[in-house]
Amino acid sequence: MPVRVQTEDFDVGAEIARLREGNPKVGAVASFVGIVRDLNDGDAVATLTLEHYPGMTEKSLEDIVAQAQQRWDIYDALVVHRVGTLQPLDQIVLVVVTSAHRGESFRACEFLMDYLKTRAPFWKKEVTPQGSRWVEARASDDTAADRWS
Amino acid sequence: MKPNETHTTTVRILYFARLRESLGKGEEELVLPDGVATVGALADFLRQRGDAWASELGAGKAVRVAVNQDMASPDTEIKGGEEIAFFPPVTGG
Repeated sequence: MPVRVQTEDFDVGAEIARLREGNPKVGAVASFVGIVRDLNDGDAVATLTLEHYPGMTEKSLEDIVAQAQQRWDIYDALVVHRVGTLQPLDQIVLVVVTSAHRGESFRACEFLMDYLKTRAPFWKKEVTPQGSRWVEARASDDTAADRWS
Repeated sequence: MKPNETHTTTVRILYFARLRESLGKGEEELVLPDGVATVGALADFLRQRGDAWASELGAGKAVRVAVNQDMASPDTEIKGGEEIAFFPPVTGG
């Protein structure tokens, strides 16, 4: 499965090893790991809770991976996204792409993250000293995603 | 309609994140009222419930809609049997 939504943490090294296992054509692996920070919009963040739309979220991630497969000459791609309540320092999301050469992996990895952030149904709620609040979507994320269209 | 004819006009509506909290429910079954044949018309109907419905689904609020788990627009047609989801702009990653 190129796409997983789960509450459990993930092991980056093990995921990369599994994705390129037994494929001697792979000459490049690019990966991105998103991590919970302890600060957002100037406020301390105690916890971050991620909600998703079971079914549509997986479908939308699979669609984004298929688009990356069409646009670049890559071998495999993996997206793992956590849901539930996380704390600063926790890993949230992992994207891994394998290809023959680095250019395709780098670009596909960034594309996957930009599209995931603007298209996949996930929502973040953070707890700060001022109480809990839903994180607002950022215009800069739309700008980043628009670069690929 | 003849008595033995069935006419499914029920839709399943889901609400996520801030909408789920403000509206006080995550999902409901709704028999489509007469004249409601698009996503936009459904949103108009829901707004008429007033209070949080009027404000959360009102002008100036960024709300996304999916029909059967595909992103939809106000003119997307609905005729019953669909799963329709309302949610704020996404913030994952």
